[in-house]
Amino acid sequence: MQVEEHLFRRESGRMVTALTRIFGLDNLALAEDVVQDAFCRALEVWKIRGVPDNPSAWLMATAKNRAIDVLRRQKTAQRCAPELERLFESEWTLVPTVSGLFDPSVIKDDQLRMMFSCCDQRLSQTSQVALILHVLCGFSASEVAAAFLAGHAAMEKRLTRAKKVLSSSKHLFDLADREFAERLSAVQRAIYLLFNEGYQSATGEAATRVELCREAMRLAQALLDHPLSATGASYALCALLFLHAARVPARVDAAGDLLSLFDQDRSRWDAALLEQGRRFLTRSATADEITEYHVEAAIAALHAAARKVEETDWAGIVSCYDTLLRLRPTPVVALNRAIAIAQAEGPSRGLEELERITDSQRLADYPFYHAALGELERRRGALNAARAHFSAAHALAKNAAERRFLERRIEECGAQVPLTPVPAS
Amino acid sequence: MSEFVYLYRGGQRGASPEQSEQIMQKWATWLKQLEDKGHMKDRGQPLEAEGKVVKGDGKLITDGPYAESKDIVGGYTLVQAKDLTHAAELAKGCPIFERGGLVEVRPVMEM
Repeated sequence: MQVEEHLFRRESGRMVTALTRIFGLDNLALAEDVVQDAFCRALEVWKIRGVPDNPSAWLMATAKNRAIDVLRRQKTAQRCAPELERLFESEWTLVPTVSGLFDPSVIKDDQLRMMFSCCDQRLSQTSQVALILHVLCGFSASEVAAAFLAGHAAMEKRLTRAKKVLSSSKHLFDLADREFAERLSAVQRAIYLLFNEGYQSATGEAATRVELCREAMRLAQALLDHPLSATGASYALCALLFLHAARVPARVDAAGDLLSLFDQDRSRWDAALLEQGRRFLTRSATADEITEYHVEAAIAALHAAARKVEETDWAGIVSCYDTLLRLRPTPVVALNRAIAIAQAEGPSRGLEELERITDSQRLADYPFYHAALGELERRRGALNAARAHFSAAHALAKNAAERRFLERRIEECGAQVPLTPVPAS
Repeated sequence: MSEFVYLYRGGQRGASPEQSEQIMQKWATWLKQLEDKGHMKDRGQPLEAEGKVVKGDGKLITDGPYAESKDIVGGYTLVQAKDLTHAAELAKGCPIFERGGLVEVRPVMEM
């Protein structure tokens, strides 16, 4: 019998959470050691005995027993969570208390609290996301580095610093804290960033990146499991992630090449994810607040509603982007709005809007900006201008699938055949 | 067919869960092979590295490890084979050799 893929990664987050609850958040390093030890012991036994029917339960039981061992050995109960010290001092209450903290529903709530702890405002957003991936999703430092396309050493350093901040408090974040609302939006932001990190390059050749999307979806759904965090914005965030994730199977063609929203075979969109996304969106509307997540999810839902690209409600999408631009006035939003306007009113209007983006120099390094310029020039027949823009985008593209996509576009604009002198023989 | 015990001595453990998982996977494959070919009597058990030694007339109890870590028995398996040569030949497939360990093959005494 094989160990199911990512068993350790998944269980690690649950185990670390339960153990930090027991030892105190300031003993995060101890918790991580116990988890590593539990994994290695499990594998030593499974090596000879074979993998048990319920490996997750086996791992949790091992971690629990190791925790009890550690607590028994510590005569001075200083190292554990202060509110539990007394319960750990007596053998009568030690085991039931530890068992209680390993209860699946308790772990679930504590994982949510851990997610809030990771989004400490003293940490940069990147560090928050890295910490969530590492502590809650069980990604090793090198896996986190790969997720961010960053170097291993740099990520290790970042994680060490972040963990120091995390373990500077004894307790997991209390959802009744008065900073809750502020922290909740930081958590939502982190999940959104995590998803984008994966989605931007979730292509066939970078299959691991799809995992980031999956983790983000799992974490976002965890917000819905608790009455305090199940806000309209959380539902909207879930809707947004699910509606986007539904398109992943259609984003590349059989050859592994990236397809734009216009060229995708929409029958390959994941119907179950779309349906779930729509349900989340409906529930998000009960709140009186409108967040960026609401608007972005609404845009995704409008795309999803069109079975063919020609059926897209572009006017509806433009009005969504108008709202989004008010909520988040960034050049990238303005760029997407201009593309929608081009769809609704023609390429020349789109180009007008693109020129009107005030701080477009901030888009200079953004390949999609140049690709959009190229696309609109191509549509109005200015092939030379289009080719130049596509070439600029090509130079900035982040992965091979993007580059191939742009190469095809350049070719469609009629590549100039360079004049090579005939060698004199 | 006679019975033999494989004693697994030494062999580094994995340094990370990923590495340990790879090692485990290799062991699983190897033991499955023995099973499929009808050589397996009992998969046996892994053993803890720590222990105590009781020795001498004074029955003196000391802490293990007894010698160098490369000598520590980490587990055992009971197999059946034609003869000692055959049993030793079968042991060649054990992944322990990749991690610096060895397999001690001992015939079970027959009555």
